[in-house]
Order: sequence, then C-alpha cells, then structure tokens
Amino acid sequence: MEPSVATPPPGRPPAAPPRGKAPTGAVEGSATWSVLDRLGLAFCWALGLLFCAIAVAIVVYLFLQGVKFLKLDQLTTPAATGFSETQTGGFSDALVGTLIVATMGIALALPTGIAIAVWLVEYGRPAALARVTELTIEAIAGIPSIVLALFGTVIFSSTALGFLSRSNEGVVFGRSFFAAAAMLSLVALPLVVASTRQGLESIPRHVREASYAVGKTKAATVRRILLPTARPQVATGMILGLGRIIGDTAIILVLLGATQNFAPVEGAVFPFDYLRGAGTTLTNFVYEASPTGNLNQPQKAYAAAFVLLLMVLGLNAAADLVHRRARKAGTWSH
Amino acid sequence: MESLSAPPPIRRLDPQDPPPAREVGPGATTNGNGGAAPARGGFTAAKRRVAAPRFSIRRMEVDEVSIHYGAKAAVKGVSLPIRQGEVLALIGPSGCGKTTLLRSLNRLTELTAAARLSGSIRLDDVDIRLIEPTLLRRRVTMVFQQPNPFPMSVFDNIAYVLREQGSRRTKKKALAPRVHSALQRAGLFEEVKDNLSHPALKLSGGQQQRLCIARALAAEPEVLLLDEPCSALDPQSTAVIEDLIVKLRDDVAVVIVTHNLQQAYRIADHVAFMYLGDLVEYNSATRLFNAPAEERTREYVSGAFG
Ligand SMILES: Nc1ncnc2c1ncn2[C@@H]1O[C@H](COP(=O)(O)OP(=O)(O)OP(=O)(O)O)[C@@H](O)[C@H]1O
Ligand SMILES: [Mg+2]
Repeated sequence: MEPSVATPPPGRPPAAPPRGKAPTGAVEGSATWSVLDRLGLAFCWALGLLFCAIAVAIVVYLFLQGVKFLKLDQLTTPAATGFSETQTGGFSDALVGTLIVATMGIALALPTGIAIAVWLVEYGRPAALARVTELTIEAIAGIPSIVLALFGTVIFSSTALGFLSRSNEGVVFGRSFFAAAAMLSLVALPLVVASTRQGLESIPRHVREASYAVGKTKAATVRRILLPTARPQVATGMILGLGRIIGDTAIILVLLGATQNFAPVEGAVFPFDYLRGAGTTLTNFVYEASPTGNLNQPQKAYAAAFVLLLMVLGLNAAADLVHRRARKAGTWSH
Repeated sequence: MESLSAPPPIRRLDPQDPPPAREVGPGATTNGNGGAAPARGGFTAAKRRVAAPRFSIRRMEVDEVSIHYGAKAAVKGVSLPIRQGEVLALIGPSGCGKTTLLRSLNRLTELTAAARLSGSIRLDDVDIRLIEPTLLRRRVTMVFQQPNPFPMSVFDNIAYVLREQGSRRTKKKALAPRVHSALQRAGLFEEVKDNLSHPALKLSGGQQQRLCIARALAAEPEVLLLDEPCSALDPQSTAVIEDLIVKLRDDVAVVIVTHNLQQAYRIADHVAFMYLGDLVEYNSATRLFNAPAEERTREYVSGAFG
C-alpha cells in the first residue's frame, strides 16, 4: 500500500498561519498515536482511496466509451435484425422498457413499503405479527432475484392470472411487463421499508406526543407530521429501490420474455396490449449485446450501459436534493 | 440543581398568600412593575414576585390517583385540585412521578402500554375517562421539555392544530386571525409576524418553546400542562416564558413541572411537592417554601436532597 505511515492524510491543509491573535490549526495530530493506531489510520485511508479509484475508473471508463459509441438515434430507433451495425438499429424499446418496469415496479413497491413501515413503527401490534412481518421482509431481501423470477413464472402462468399476460388456447404464457414489474417490486420493497422505518424511528417520541397532545389522531399525525418528516428517507428508499429495479437482469430474462422488441398482445386495448406482452430493458439489451450475448455488438452495449449509468446518477442526484432540502428545514435536539 | 442565586426580577412583589380555593370574580388588578431584588440564599429572605390570583375556579380534580408501570408504582394515591386563575407547580426530585402525573391529566399515559391508572381525574366534574381522548387533549393541552415544533412553517404549526385532524381544506386566509391570536397569546407574534413562513425549527430555542405554547393555546384549552418547559432554555427566554405563564393563568388553569425551585416560587400560586410517587405536601407557594408543614419538604426546598 502506497501511503507510508508518516504521510499526513491527503486533503488536510498544512497548519494555517495564525490569523489575528488566536492561533489556529491546533488540531489533534496522529503523530502522538501508537504505531498500531497509525497503521490502522493509514490502512483506512488506503482502502478509502482504493475504492474511490475503482468507482472513478468505472464511471470514467463507461463515460468515455459511452460518449464514443452513443448516438442519439439509438435512443429513438428500436432494435432490428440485420447484418451490419447500421441495420440493427438502436435500443429505444429497451430504454422505454426500463422506464416502464421502473415506473410500474416502484408504483407497487412504494405505497406498500411505506404502509408496512408505518404499521411496523407506529402500530406494530400484535407484536408477534410485527415480528413475522419483519422476518418476511428480511427474507425477501435475501432471496436472489433469479429465484423470485422462477417463483414468478409459477404464479403468472396460472390460469387465474392469464389476463396479465399472453395466453394461447388456454396456455398462459406468464411473461409480461405486469409479471416482471410485480416481481421487481419485491426486489425494491425491502429497501423502501427499511429506509422509511429508519426515517420514522429517527423522529423523537415527544414529537409524536406533541401532536397527540393537541388532540390529533394517530392517522393525522402519520399523514401530516411523521411521513412528511421522513420524506428524505422515503426518497432514499425509493431511489435505492429504483436502482435495483433498473439494474435487475434475472427477472427481466425470465419474466419479461427477453425479446429484442416490444411484443404487444394483439386485440388488447392500449396500453394493456404492450403491458401484457413481452419486452426488453436496457440491462437485457446490454447482456444480449455483450460479446457473450446473441447480438454481440459491444459498442452498443457500452452505449446502453452508459444510458443506464446516467439514469442511476440522476437518481442519486435527486436523492441528494431531497436531503439537502430537508436539512434546510432543521431538526430537533434529542 | 440550579443554584439559588437571584434571577432577574419579573414582576412586582406581593408577599400576600394566594387565597384558598374559593370562587371569586375578578378583583384587584395586578400591580405595576417594581424592582426589589430578592436577597440571596433562601426563600425566607426573598419575596414572591407574582401578584395574588384575582380569582380561582376549580377546573380539575385529581382524586386518589395511582399510576403503575407494570409492577412499579410511579404515582401513589395523589389527590389535588387544579384551578383556573392560578399556577400550580409540581416539584420533587427526579423520578418522583411528576411527568407521569402530568401526562395522566390528558390521558397521554395511555400511550404507554404498561401504564395502569387507578383513582379518578375529573375535568369540570366529568371523569376524563368518559371524554373521548382527542377531545380531552384539546381541552387539556401539553407543552414538553424539549422544544418540538413540527418541521413546517411557523404558520403551519398553528394551522395544523386549528384544522380538523389531518385535513388541509381550511384556507390559510381563513385561519390567519386565529393563528395570529395564538401567537400573540404566546408573546411570539411581534418576533415572527414578518415571516410566518419561516421554518419553525430554525427559530431560537426560546422562540420554539413559545411556538409550542402558542400551538397548545391554539386549541383553546381549559388546562395547560407544561413539563419543565424552560429546562432547555437560557435565563432570558426563561424569564419571558415565566412572564407569559403568569399572564395565562386567568384564562387557563396552568400546571407546570419544574426542577427550578426559584421558578416555582416566582410563578406558582400553589405548589405540590412529590417524593417517590407520594404527594408529600400541597400548599400555597409562600407557605410551602417559607413554612413547610412537612419535614421532607423543608429538607427538599432547603436543598438537602434532590
Ligand atoms: N414509560 C415508562 N415505563 C416504565 N417506567 C416508567 C416509564 N416512565 C416513567 N417510568 C418510571 O416512573 C417513575 C416516575 O417517572 P417520571 O418520569 O414521572 O418522573 P419525573 O418526576 O418526571 O422525573 P424527572 O424529574 O426526572 O423528569 C420513574 O421511576 C420512572 O422510572
Ligand atoms: Mg419528568
């Protein structure tokens, strides 16, 4: 590891010249620490720098590749079969598919997750049911998404749920945007629950009681005080969940049909014809276009991956904004 | 324990005892402001600086109330009256059950699953167990130790109390007069009137606590409960709030829990001294501090324990 023990942590300015009368820069230095502590500090710095470097490398590489290979018309033309790069089109269906599963998945996961978190934190009775709910959420969080996908095929191939996908002479296909979004919402759910819970739990008890003490019901308190206060954490959960949804590949492969284009169900009304049909997403496109996939067009894979990366970065920026706004509103002393 | 050194004078001295509970119409007006600083070192040397109540009306009646947390008794058979026109202070060492008793007055204790109450508490001769909790809590509101405005604007903090439960239908304009009057009663209006959309959590601690008082007053309660409202505040904010509490006593019955004996002496008309869940002594402030009937009270107010 490169930084030697004596190296001062980078980023700390050298002791500033004394301003006015009061000497400044009198911070605790690591010079007085034991060797082991100093080694530990150096190790932490080294690891921190290493991970920063890895993250920067990925982003920069994808950025360069993306800028090089991304062409705007790829965002507007669907994939097509052909013999050359120019004939095979872009990945607009995949882009729209990602937006659809993200919207549908989070539309299911967010309200459900918030409701579960509110119930766990504010009601949570009987205690046994609360514990079971907690364990269930933890279990879902631990299930690999490919297993969820497999489970999804069982559910959505049932005749009762035939209206959610394509069926042919009584045989239910079981793969559609509905099926994929439903299972993807399970991937996002634990993140929404955990984050919302954390937000609610960080509100001091006396704040709730201040609301009850002016005659407000629990429901009014949750709606008007607690959830608005926990909004930054709810947003964080939502964004983490969205990130997982748009990043998932297994469920898309198994439950969305993994076609290269939309495959709407004939005869159904818009938009249900598309939502009941098979489709694709950016992750699926990247997989197919990668050297191991059927398309084998690495340049388009980079372009699509770059778009995916931009979406994730955009989400993070949005979460940051919500947090910064909340910080401006202040908080209580505990 | 705070030291017993002299705090800044608040209002004109009036060494007279508060009258015993009897219903009187508004009588003598309060005196103007004077300035005699109390002598250091004890209550006998200091004089009370609050005018005697002009009247007092019995609003609440605590009758043989005991409160248990599981098997542990926090309050044991306490009986005392709560009167409008007066300030009642609850004092006693930490853990003696002051907060528990105070919270039982608007049934906040019921939020603690383990808490059990026996005996009865009456508000205007109606057992509070017969009053729907949300209605009761609008008639008996509470201010907490930590300033806890809601994370919204100053205006919205009050508006929330005025509106029906979680509704937001009532227009801001329609609520403005009542919001302003609540802020005025809490002595905060002049400081915030130019920017009522200021985030409440960005006010100073003293302003936040007065906003909490304004919020509690916005419900137009008959009884106002204050649990150590000044313990997180500087002496100046404390003085402002003490002044405010004394002004409020004609309109609402005020019960305040405090660890600051000087404060109890300054603003309370009656004082209840609790020790390990028992009500040891309930007496007028002057008597309780200057000539306590009980030995334990004498020890406590002279700083021997607690
Ligand atoms: N939620 C609770 N569960 C169990 N026991 C409690 C609970 N709240 C208070 N107690 C106990 O009840 C007793 C009285 O507590 P209470 O908070 O009423 O005291 P207090 O006089 O307000 O003390 P302080 O001056 O420190 O605020 C204490 O012994 C405390 O341990
Ligand atoms: Mg207390």
